[in-house]
Amino acid sequence: MSGFNKVVTTYDEALAGLQDDMTVMVGGFGLCGIPEGLIKAVYDKGTKGLTCISNNAGVDGFGLGIWLEKRQIKTMIGSYVGENELFEKLFLSGEMEVILTPQGTLAEKIRAGGAGIPAFFTATGFGTKVAEGKETRQFDGRDYVLEPALTADYSLVKAWKADTMGNLIFRKTARNFNPMMAAAGKITIAEVEEIVQPGELDPDQIHTPGIYVQRVIKGKFEKRIEQRTVRSA
Amino acid sequence: MALDRNQIAQRVAQEMKDGYYVNLGIGIPTLVANYIPQGMQVMLQSENGLLGMGEFPTEDKVDPDLINAGKQTVTAVTGAAYFSSAESFAMIRGGHVDLTVLGAFEVDQEGNIASWMIPGKLVKGMGGAMDLVAGAQNIIVTMTHANKRGESKILKKCTLPLTGVNCIKTVVTELAVMEIRDGAFHLLERAPGVSVEEIRDKTDGKLVIPDSVPEMQFM
Repeated sequence: MSGFNKVVTTYDEALAGLQDDMTVMVGGFGLCGIPEGLIKAVYDKGTKGLTCISNNAGVDGFGLGIWLEKRQIKTMIGSYVGENELFEKLFLSGEMEVILTPQGTLAEKIRAGGAGIPAFFTATGFGTKVAEGKETRQFDGRDYVLEPALTADYSLVKAWKADTMGNLIFRKTARNFNPMMAAAGKITIAEVEEIVQPGELDPDQIHTPGIYVQRVIKGKFEKRIEQRTVRSA
Repeated sequence: MALDRNQIAQRVAQEMKDGYYVNLGIGIPTLVANYIPQGMQVMLQSENGLLGMGEFPTEDKVDPDLINAGKQTVTAVTGAAYFSSAESFAMIRGGHVDLTVLGAFEVDQEGNIASWMIPGKLVKGMGGAMDLVAGAQNIIVTMTHANKRGESKILKKCTLPLTGVNCIKTVVTELAVMEIRDGAFHLLERAPGVSVEEIRDKTDGKLVIPDSVPEMQFM
């Protein structure tokens, strides 16, 4: 790495400095748009006691599901357990702390974290378990809940294309939480399908400006599909 | 006859209007897309970051980067847009979505809804449901009137952890269309061949029954 060249070639370099008990954000919605290689590398590294912020926790045997298998996550902050059996089991048994957060509130908490906003009011969750113990306030006769922002020691994101300066472009619905997480991480590592030279990406088309990204690594993606639904031609 | 899942979806589709932006939840709500009346243009919002969701792809068009909120592979229609989760929920929380259709475990006569967990038994997580019920102007809940043991899910007061308070106005079940207002369920329509008595028996909450309750009409 030198100057604005953020490209690293090994996962060891990419994850340098990651330690037990840190907070890590991981992009993706289900298995769509997840940094597959970085997730696997953290698994191999065996980092433990993590606070993991991600909408979902993968599936059994893939994505963040492998962190669950190795019990690397102490606290999981996400919006959906879904059909992940191990996740549900660890949650119900109390083995892993789980902070379920409404998806839009989660996205905004991360956005706020990256944007330097410490907290915000939202109507989402008012009158439910989510609002328990939180400050509430009325604006124009409607009740709102104060939600603190989220930041992370490391953000692991997945993009389609990057240039060597860390400017990122996402593809279709693989964008999801990745842009906000890129901004909310002290160290953001982008795992991408293709790395190009500066100037090859149209500045008008960049979704995440390189200022938010510290390291870029070219990954290999299996892109597993959770629900393959098709119609006949 | 009680409606099947597809007929519930068909009845909900009658609430669509030309030019609506609509978010459909997982399960029966997803089926509503199959019954949008011909000649009507509706843009489907999928909260994982797609406005303008199309039908399932043909085998050769399957793209792992293009899914809906139920993690199913989908397509995008002409005029679609992709965006981040924060942008997606700005649309939802900001009240820009015209109609939201979602499922529930329970609803009650105050317009409260429970749909995300059964303590000690099942935790699905709320996903985007809490944001949707807090943000949408117009919400339709699709659900079955009673559980398998015949116990009503149309309640005086929800027993499960809530998804949202005082937010549900319309409920469509296999038996009836009901409007929630002034602390009661108002019976608007009944499924073809279903008696008002059956609906009353399966409704725990306060049910207001007008003199005449028309049968639902299907084309």
